Amino acid sequence: MSGPILRVQGMTRHFRVGGFRSHGKLHAIDDVSFEVAPGEIVALVGESGSGKSTIARVLAGLYPPTSGTFVFEGKAVGRHDSRAVRGDMPMVFQDPFGSINPVLRVGHGLLRSLKLHRPDIAKAQRFAEAVTLAEKVGLTPGDEILQRYPHELSGGQRQRLGFAQALASRPSLILADEPVSMLDVSIRIGLLNVMKELRDCEGVSLLYITHDLASARYVADRMIVLYAGRIVEEGTTDEVIGSPQHPYTRLLMSSAPDPHLAPTAFEGDDLGEPPKVINPGPACRFAPRCPLAMDVCRASTPGVVAVSLTHKTACYAVQAP
Amino acid sequence: MTGPVLQVRNLRVEYATPSGPAQAVEDVSFDLAPGEFLAIVGESGCGKSTLLFAVAQLLAYPGSLAGGSVLFDGVDFTSLSPEELRQHRWRDISVVMQSAMNALNPTLTIAAQLADACRAHTDWNDERIGQRSAEVLSMVAIDPVHLKSYPFQLSGGMRQRAMIAMALLLEPKLVIMDEPTSALDVVAQRSLMHQVETLRRQLGFAVIFVTHDMSVVSHYSDRLAVMYAGEVVELGPTREVFDHPEHPYSQGLMEAFPSLLGERRQLTGIAGTPPSLVNPPAGCLFAERCAHANDECRTVRPELVTYGDHQVRCHLVARSKRP
Repeated sequence: MSGPILRVQGMTRHFRVGGFRSHGKLHAIDDVSFEVAPGEIVALVGESGSGKSTIARVLAGLYPPTSGTFVFEGKAVGRHDSRAVRGDMPMVFQDPFGSINPVLRVGHGLLRSLKLHRPDIAKAQRFAEAVTLAEKVGLTPGDEILQRYPHELSGGQRQRLGFAQALASRPSLILADEPVSMLDVSIRIGLLNVMKELRDCEGVSLLYITHDLASARYVADRMIVLYAGRIVEEGTTDEVIGSPQHPYTRLLMSSAPDPHLAPTAFEGDDLGEPPKVINPGPACRFAPRCPLAMDVCRASTPGVVAVSLTHKTACYAVQAP
Repeated sequence: MTGPVLQVRNLRVEYATPSGPAQAVEDVSFDLAPGEFLAIVGESGCGKSTLLFAVAQLLAYPGSLAGGSVLFDGVDFTSLSPEELRQHRWRDISVVMQSAMNALNPTLTIAAQLADACRAHTDWNDERIGQRSAEVLSMVAIDPVHLKSYPFQLSGGMRQRAMIAMALLLEPKLVIMDEPTSALDVVAQRSLMHQVETLRRQLGFAVIFVTHDMSVVSHYSDRLAVMYAGEVVELGPTREVFDHPEHPYSQGLMEAFPSLLGERRQLTGIAGTPPSLVNPPAGCLFAERCAHANDECRTVRPELVTYGDHQVRCHLVARSKRP
């Protein structure tokens, strides 16, 4: 058993907000640490503003972290050299309509990725390799699709192309930032299945960023739940869904509509108001909404409690077994 | 027993495109009882929002009504003048728009925007307008102090609830909602749905609720209509459509949702894309994506057939139910 391919330690990213004299700091992510093992899908689950996309963007080198480090494939990546890992950790974006150049043929981006990241492939073989990649993500017939223009592809096909492009550099980890949230429901499952196939057949790890617990459960091996920039719960999918520990995870679970089950009663009167992330102070960020909040929750941030070897949560109300 | 509040008959809407008219809504008919909650689900481009616009007579070029009627309390909306329609809007029928979060004017306070609607449709004085505005905001669990707030001072969920409050100002008999929850987080979404349901019980208005995410309405709506390529392919009591979908497209949609707590299993979704609406195929519009399609499906357009309180547009279902 080799070690994790990605180890994130204490990653923090703050954004300055407000005017020139403002002391406002938006704490997008605070002290986030986690690991991704080879060949696993880790879901990063959270609502809007929870910092899930910021984590992906810091990993991809789009923003430098305010503090914290990450080790990718045994190499420490600092503030300034994240470009070096970009080819090994490509990103698939949320919007399949905004992320492909509309005036160039579909194959262009794929061929360019191959040219940049796979110098071992001769120019003559590049197109054949691109066709293979396209067919791996279900774009068949690959040679015909690569000749088309982006407007001739559906949203689902565009997003598959995003994965093919990510795959071009033979990465060990793909960052997928809400890859299905803009697609129609009948198409989503197909793409989630592509992610599973990439894991099972190509051995790629994926960091799947989503707000949808049910889809995270469908593809992910492990889940990390974020709230207001902090990790509140982490564990295998079965642990997090089967026995959620943190009151926020429980609230999410009870709020997610599930047409396959009988309706549950509506507990509490939580209106889903977003947390305060500008100069948030030392309290647990979920405390204002938490039904279990105690005095200690309003005074300091809870540390991590291990529920089992693989299941952790950050909550004062949860006792270690 | 009173009659239906809304009767939609053979409604057809076309969009003018450079390559000819696209049939966005094709022969849609349904009744809505007073206080009923009807959900319309379908994927993008299936005509669900267009249908709402046609019901509220809000279609604008390139869309136009190509046929059919919309009877509200016996009055045919399609034959009214803009001024006559204005008399009905807000008092009888109000609309909560898609991306309602951005439908509020960012430069006016909530109070000013609520008052605007009142002044356009009533002769109330300022005191009564202020009273009613505070009342509707409290109904949607927003503290009336926010009357003085500007939209940017409210969260997304609050803005959405403020829009619903605005729709309820004049106690309409029908509230039309076009994807009001799609920009919200799940907790806010659940709370909004719960609020709509409570208000509907309390005030007795009917709701037409359009969404692409049928899991949102699964526990709230009375009846569910599934639309595909401009047609209603299945319409029936919500639980029945969820538990025993008859149309292959509805069956596919139900198979496309991973369950949160139920069985964890491999799902397939529906391969392919909807047909062109400019030159639709002769047969069933779903035939190309349907695993069970036969020659009849590819050549003859099926009718929406009624079986008890359930309607389905499918040759295969029709054959299996034939005595």
